Amino acid sequence: MDLVATITANWNYLIVILLMMGGLFIVISQNNMVKKLVGLAIFQTSVFLFYITVGKVAGGTAPILMSYGKAAYSNPLPHVLILTAIVVGVATTALGLALVLRIHAAFGSIEDDEVLAMKADAGMPRSKRSRSSDPDGSDPDGGDPA
Amino acid sequence: MSIASIIANLPALVVVIPLLLAPIAALIPISGAAWLVAVIGSGGALVSAFLLQGAVSNGSSFSYHLGSWPPPWGIEFVVDSASALTVLIMAALAFVATLFARKALPAEINEKDIGKAYSAWLLACGGLAGLVMTGDAFNLFVFLEISALSSVILIALGAGTDRRALVAGYNYLIIGAVGATFYVIGVGFIYAVTGSLNMADLAARIPDVQQDTVIMVGFGFMVAGILVKAAIFPVHIWLPAAYAYAPSAVSALLAAIATKASLYVLARILFTMFAGVPDVTALALEWVLIPLAIAGIFTGTILAIYENDIKKLLAYSSVAQIGYIALAFGIASTAGVAAGFIHIGNHAVIKGGMFLAVGGYFLALRSRVSLSAMTGLGRRMPITTTGFLICGLSLIGLPLTAGFISKLYLVRALIAEDMIIVMILVLVSSALSVAYLWKIVEILWQRPEGEEAPLHGGEAPALYIPLWILAIANLWLGVAPTPLVDSANRAAMHLVGGL
Repeated sequence: MDLVATITANWNYLIVILLMMGGLFIVISQNNMVKKLVGLAIFQTSVFLFYITVGKVAGGTAPILMSYGKAAYSNPLPHVLILTAIVVGVATTALGLALVLRIHAAFGSIEDDEVLAMKADAGMPRSKRSRSSDPDGSDPDGGDPA
Repeated sequence: MSIASIIANLPALVVVIPLLLAPIAALIPISGAAWLVAVIGSGGALVSAFLLQGAVSNGSSFSYHLGSWPPPWGIEFVVDSASALTVLIMAALAFVATLFARKALPAEINEKDIGKAYSAWLLACGGLAGLVMTGDAFNLFVFLEISALSSVILIALGAGTDRRALVAGYNYLIIGAVGATFYVIGVGFIYAVTGSLNMADLAARIPDVQQDTVIMVGFGFMVAGILVKAAIFPVHIWLPAAYAYAPSAVSALLAAIATKASLYVLARILFTMFAGVPDVTALALEWVLIPLAIAGIFTGTILAIYENDIKKLLAYSSVAQIGYIALAFGIASTAGVAAGFIHIGNHAVIKGGMFLAVGGYFLALRSRVSLSAMTGLGRRMPITTTGFLICGLSLIGLPLTAGFISKLYLVRALIAEDMIIVMILVLVSSALSVAYLWKIVEILWQRPEGEEAPLHGGEAPALYIPLWILAIANLWLGVAPTPLVDSANRAAMHLVGGL
């Protein structure tokens, strides 16, 4: 079967596509801010896998200089690039989670639509309290669903 | 270290000075001292950028090899007419915004967070400068994320006055990260078929690649990712909330320099990296960039006309102005790209100045600046309002202001390419932008009906001097535009004509 051969030869690319589309779908469709970050992490991981797949040479070893002859080795550059990308991904997730914590403290919810509904309230003229001693934006009324 | 070695290392210094000073600023708990570090950082970058611009003013270009690894293996910083001009514009605006921040940031941010805020501020400046300087496709992604994450922090700091800043920051984080990841996917495709990450090397290798589909897909992913970062319609949705709820000084900084760096990167991708496959880029320019730019111009302008919150109004207007720059790049002739660079510089001084003025209003009113709150401010804050007005007239494109020069060169480039319909659309949208500016001007000199809100502290020199620097820059660039126009022409020749 032609199709089966194609799938078995490219199964890692298929997993990349699956993870990529799944992750992006979660980011777009989910209402919960933590779940959105989970989707983003899956989306980014699919890219890591893509780079690693591209860099792998069939039957290749680690790129270490040997005293005997030449051996086929995998391309180390994509691996290094992805190390950097992983660090960036961790930083993004950490900052996102920190923001979600603050949003929960300020709004009492981490559901996108509930927070959006509350934004309208916060836009009303407010007393001076929000300016004086409110470094993290926490709002005494924040807990009340609008 | 001798003078010669400092000059040889200038391309790195423009990025490294802000980045190195960022952790120092984070450790300083005193607001004034942390500000001084930020001034040294942005000032150092400005001096370096100025010297770089001088070094390439004869049309030459040179590259700086990080760690002395020669390209295409090592990462290189490329200094040519285009990158030096962009980095100089950005460094100058960042410096003026830093001057403004001394009084503006402490009013909106908790005292103990000020040092950390300046740290993020310097990281954003350094990251954006790196974005422009780098000649390596993957290194660009790293700078993209440095600047994006620090911008998110700065935007979220607006929560001190409005909790919606947190949501604006979160949304920018998610949308920006998806955009940056799209860019990385594109780089992966291109790397898979060329085996190189150096932009100049890629430009040489891409025409020889037989797999057109892979090049197309990689190009599409990269451009889509950068369009998100540059806030081009319809992926501009993160921008209005981010600019509206960020602290005043941060709004001014981001409006002046953040999207400009991404627009420059877009030009680099279109005209340097993929110069060898003109049929692919022409397709993208003609069917994607130009229509989206025109849609963005009209959407931004019309939304601005109906907006009541002044910072959001200016943010929508930024969406429209970004559309003009994208349109100018879309023309792809030397004159068009030059018009794009001219407007990058002019829009930076226009919108930077307007956001500084709104910051001044905000600090006097101590509340969100809506149109109704601005009633009669023209009489009560004449110095700030006059500066605001000069920048506003420049935005519309009145003769003798910077905005006029932008529109003039854009329209001339459009006529030269026989794009008459697009030119008419540009003129119509300029006329529409008079509508929202007039709305503001009218209200500024209107007599308020009821009690006037008390002003806190009135007009402080620390707030209006940076504004007036930009207002005078607007007039100067309108009366004597030759230096900017010449530099922009050289940049365009280098990007489009040189290859």
